[in-house]
Amino acid sequence: MHAAIPKPGPAGRILWAVIAVTAAFCLGVVALRRGEPINAIWLVAASIAVFAIGYRFYARFIDHAVLSMDRTRATPAVLRNDGLDYVPTDRWVVFGHHFAAIAGAGPLVGPVLAAQMGYLPGTLWILFGVVFAGAVQDFMILGLSLRRDGRSLGHMLREELGPVAGVVAMFGVLILMMIVLAVLALVVVKALTHSPWGTFTVACTIPIALLMGVYLRWLRPGRIFEVSIIGLVLLLASIAFGADVASSPSLAPLFDFDAKTLAWLLIGYGFCASVLPVWLLLAPRDYLSTFLKIGTIALLALAIFLSAPTLQMPAVTTFIDGSGPVFQGHLFPFLFITIACGAVSGWHSIIASGTTPKLLANEGDARLVGYGGMLVEAFVAIMALIAATSLHPGVYFAMNAPTALIGNTVQHAAIVISQWGFVVTPDELLQTAKNIGETSILSRAGGAPTLAVGMAQLLHNVLPGGGMMAFWYHYAILFEALFILTTVDAGTRVGRFMIQEIAGLIHKPLQATESWTGNLLATAICVGLWGYFLYQGAIDPLGGINTLWPLFGIANQMLAAIALMLATVVVVKRKRERYVWVPGIPAIWLIACTLAAGWEKLVGPISFTAAAAKYADAAKKDALLAPATSMEEMQRIVGNNHVDMALTALFMLLIVTMLGFSLRALMQAWRTPGATTREEPYVALAGIAAGAP
Amino acid sequence: MKVSLSDAVRALRSGWRRAVQTARLSCGIPDYAAYVQHLREYHPDRVVPSYEAFFRERQAARYKGGGGRCC
Repeated sequence: MHAAIPKPGPAGRILWAVIAVTAAFCLGVVALRRGEPINAIWLVAASIAVFAIGYRFYARFIDHAVLSMDRTRATPAVLRNDGLDYVPTDRWVVFGHHFAAIAGAGPLVGPVLAAQMGYLPGTLWILFGVVFAGAVQDFMILGLSLRRDGRSLGHMLREELGPVAGVVAMFGVLILMMIVLAVLALVVVKALTHSPWGTFTVACTIPIALLMGVYLRWLRPGRIFEVSIIGLVLLLASIAFGADVASSPSLAPLFDFDAKTLAWLLIGYGFCASVLPVWLLLAPRDYLSTFLKIGTIALLALAIFLSAPTLQMPAVTTFIDGSGPVFQGHLFPFLFITIACGAVSGWHSIIASGTTPKLLANEGDARLVGYGGMLVEAFVAIMALIAATSLHPGVYFAMNAPTALIGNTVQHAAIVISQWGFVVTPDELLQTAKNIGETSILSRAGGAPTLAVGMAQLLHNVLPGGGMMAFWYHYAILFEALFILTTVDAGTRVGRFMIQEIAGLIHKPLQATESWTGNLLATAICVGLWGYFLYQGAIDPLGGINTLWPLFGIANQMLAAIALMLATVVVVKRKRERYVWVPGIPAIWLIACTLAAGWEKLVGPISFTAAAAKYADAAKKDALLAPATSMEEMQRIVGNNHVDMALTALFMLLIVTMLGFSLRALMQAWRTPGATTREEPYVALAGIAAGAP
Repeated sequence: MKVSLSDAVRALRSGWRRAVQTARLSCGIPDYAAYVQHLREYHPDRVVPSYEAFFRERQAARYKGGGGRCC
């Protein structure tokens, strides 16, 4: 059985030829024009054309040849329709739901950090990474789950690679989640450090969410849209009032915290929020952040189209040699782990095998939802890259380089950054801070503040007005903080369930999710795990993001490699070996990137080992190295780096183990003459009435 | 081809309905009308819950682990 791939008609051929020429021309402008700055619209046009070609040709090839999605076959939603979890749903509705679930802070942060290498490396990796790896992963995992009753990634790994592989992957996912939560919480800490305005508005989200929760529970149950409008109005009011708080000598100190205090506040908040009933805090904030996220992404797109900014960052900077201040390491492999979400994100394999496969009414819709949804996320990443590279490069580096390199004063920062070749004056740095209503913009790594300044400038170009830039800046910070806090809260709950599941393997009663002992214990462990890394980031000599983001990137790409290995094994088990390269090549690429990055983080000049040794040597000589202010802190930095070393080694071991399991399954399947995959039997769609139980 | 006013109104209504359905589903609340219809057709013996009860049940179910959300 081999489904023919539909070919375009004569008019279609002309259209696609035009799109292909447009793509080639725009990419040519983006890649080859040197010396004079280009307009962001070239980048936007190149992206849209590349995505269209990828969707029309490569995704369709995967649809028909590799996955052989069958329009006549009944999907889990049709077969098991229960009106709740399994519901055949309109494809565009599923698309919206799926996109809302995959889009988060990741695609906004990675590209901003990667902008230190210029706009070209990041753009090329996002465009080609998504077409050949990221969207392939999302689409293929969705396709596999569709054929297996909508089963989860973990379940499919157990079935296709063996029970041990399933448990190994489960541990990997748990550690990845802890790192994700820590690094995202650190993004919030970095954005709010000594920012009374930002801290006040973010703090306001708590009473606003509680109010919404009560409204939804008792006053007008279930009226999500209504309550979200009320929440939005209150949020905007809190941003406006935040300006008065920041300028008031009596109120401002109440919301002015350093990184360590903010880290502790977030840890405490994370614990409380995830043991409270969901309807009170988590759910209402989740609704608000979902709508705000989609609205803000649309607003960003509109601002870029209307203001058509010029990219001020060079196409390629000298920092591709590994000497960059934002993150250390050469273009290969560090660009490919810094931009994870947006190009390829392992986390999506969990969403694509979660609720989405239970909603698709037809296998033919999987391409739009799986592949198409990821293309839109890649477009969000491109927009984040545009926002960062349309900033003055001097401002960009002042915001993203750690204090250890640029110091604490605008004078010193301007000198250092100008020496890097990005001429900037102390006045420009001061003026930027003043425009956005903050006292300083120095060393605010983490993507959110940079994106917020970029967005504020873009929106200010479209809607000028006195003081509006400060409003837009704090709006952007609030929007990122809001959905990061939702992720932290929901993630802590999911992590708690995973910990209880793992604990249940050892001692069965711990698995009971209703038990308060199990609940509080697992929540404390979960918060303790991500809290440890968050606090480590808050006291890190290089500012935290510099250290934690590579760990996050390695872990996320490791999960993507695992998902693509599963897809590779299934392709061979279905005896479609000639297509093994479709998931196989991106899998090998990601294994190479994660192992290479892991290795460099273990041995060599930019490794955790070297950082630990540097502080240990100084401690031996009784010398204090900044930012440590005591011997105790010196020892803690050494200890943290040892933990990071162990974690990196663990990730490498995990991926090699999974590679071993995959190769074994691959060889077995290759030798076996018939198909050995575990798909559910074929049921014709025409044979059952829509909506049958 | 003439498009009548009632056709346009109908198209607008269905577009709005789909937008509402997407927004609710993104928050983990499936289509209530579809659920009621499903119950009537296949489980006539079961009590049809009010929208409020349905909403509460789905709200609690969304955060019972599994899946999570993306970074």
